[in-house]
Amino acid sequence: MKKGKFSILEHELVPKHEILEEREAAALLDKYKLQKEQLPKIKKSDPVIKEIKAEVGDVVRITRRSRTAGKSLSYRLVIE
Amino acid sequence: MELKIVAGEKEEVTEELKKVGLEEGIAEHIKEDFLPAELTVTFEDLLEIPLEEAYAEDIILMLGREEKGEVKLGDIELKVNKSELSDKIKDELKKKLKVVRRKLTREKLDDIVRKVVDKYEKAKVEPREAVGIVAAQSIGEPGTQMTMRTFHYAGVGALYITLGLPRIIEIVDARKKLSTPTMKIKLLEEYAVERNKAEELAMEIEETRIRAIGKIEVSAADMSVWLSLNEKRLEERYIKREEVEEKIRGIGMDVLVEVMEDRELRIQRKKQSYHELLRLEEKVSNTLVKGIEGIRRVLVRREPSEGYVLYTEGSELKKVLRIEGVDSTRTTTNNIAEIAEILGIEAARNAIIEEMMSTLEEQGLDVDARHITLIADAMTMDGEVKQIGRHGIAGEKASVLSRAAFEVTVDNLLEAAIYGEKDELRGVTENVIVGQPIKLGTGAVELVMGSKYENQTTKRQGAKIGGTGDGKGKKRVN
Repeated sequence: MKKGKFSILEHELVPKHEILEEREAAALLDKYKLQKEQLPKIKKSDPVIKEIKAEVGDVVRITRRSRTAGKSLSYRLVIE
Repeated sequence: MELKIVAGEKEEVTEELKKVGLEEGIAEHIKEDFLPAELTVTFEDLLEIPLEEAYAEDIILMLGREEKGEVKLGDIELKVNKSELSDKIKDELKKKLKVVRRKLTREKLDDIVRKVVDKYEKAKVEPREAVGIVAAQSIGEPGTQMTMRTFHYAGVGALYITLGLPRIIEIVDARKKLSTPTMKIKLLEEYAVERNKAEELAMEIEETRIRAIGKIEVSAADMSVWLSLNEKRLEERYIKREEVEEKIRGIGMDVLVEVMEDRELRIQRKKQSYHELLRLEEKVSNTLVKGIEGIRRVLVRREPSEGYVLYTEGSELKKVLRIEGVDSTRTTTNNIAEIAEILGIEAARNAIIEEMMSTLEEQGLDVDARHITLIADAMTMDGEVKQIGRHGIAGEKASVLSRAAFEVTVDNLLEAAIYGEKDELRGVTENVIVGQPIKLGTGAVELVMGSKYENQTTKRQGAKIGGTGDGKGKKRVN
């Protein structure tokens, strides 16, 4: 009855996470006049981060499904 | 079918295509030698790009620049997509505009989109508005209506789930141990359709200990434990006798298992003492023969839109997701800590929103999702689920006075004194305490008179104002 692997990335509660390229991250911080550390955080040990293989210091773009806007973008900084 | 589009310069065409997000796919068809005369695209090519047929034709017409002034579906799509609106509003606007398309002109279309954007911008929360307090009040007020029904339970069949205010508190406190952990297990195709398949799966998940499937007796006469298995129960739970024997042999303690003629099991230990015998009985009766430890009960229910769904008492998300037949993309638990651990912080954020909204809705309370979203955001900000309270968000505030005003006043003040903390008086609470205007809304901005304006006023009023002596040509006005 056991099946081997399932992917948490396909779970309906898990939104899409993508690692931003250096250039995109810089543009984001510039747009909102932020320091990296002011972004919300996500831990390196987070199951999704492990899955997408992001490193500490990366900025991750999260495409959330929003009840009011339909779709909304959010960003998190990967920390230890 | 092959459509020919009369096109302009290559750059011009590709630019147009890019605007409507079509450059991929079609761009390949634009070959140097083709241009500038014409561009050939097969209709199939256009259909491959996910677009409605009508829309595709419209784009072609638009590119062909025929009938100037008339509004095409492509125009609407292009204009609305380029505007700074949220997806949901864009979709609605497009739908409405498409209905009245024939009556529109391009100018009118521009005008409508501009006005919608205007309204949208005005509907946004102003910078520096105290959204947190509004959220707190918006949940707090309906919360008072819930207290009356504290410890109200709603049954899913015979299953009890904490609801109402106790549940809201549980979520907001980010408790790891829930009073009633439960899972909603959705099933894959055939399991969701056939009752016996769903039931078999339910038995696969529900924990079954030996005491539930047979009678255990301790016999002091021959210093052994006798187990007679109940055939009916074994059958119900799809357990084979051999499996049970195997499990008993696997409990350690040097057990000897014999199958007697009347199919009873005789279990003995090498080390014989009355005390050991009682321990053996306990161990045997507690042995798990089937299921997932921690899932005490599983109920099979048929839901109109889903087919068969399993509800559990107890929660073990990780193990359940691995079981064949379980839909590992839609199965959830009400334990947010577990979701954070297995599916990550963003899933936990979603779970907080879902759980709070459904708890409130179940009580007939209508709270705007954005208030709940704000709470979920605050709780998951640092990458882990934190409670709203003195051990979480409120406890990490920078201001001493604010923390002291919240809970455990003396401890906070004492600690602040020991470490020589300073209070910058930036938040609301601390400014209320010292009697200053709070730095929120209009209180958050200071006006600085521009030097140009000041020069004008000083000219008109002579040296009366200008002589205050700050010498920088600027004057601060509060």
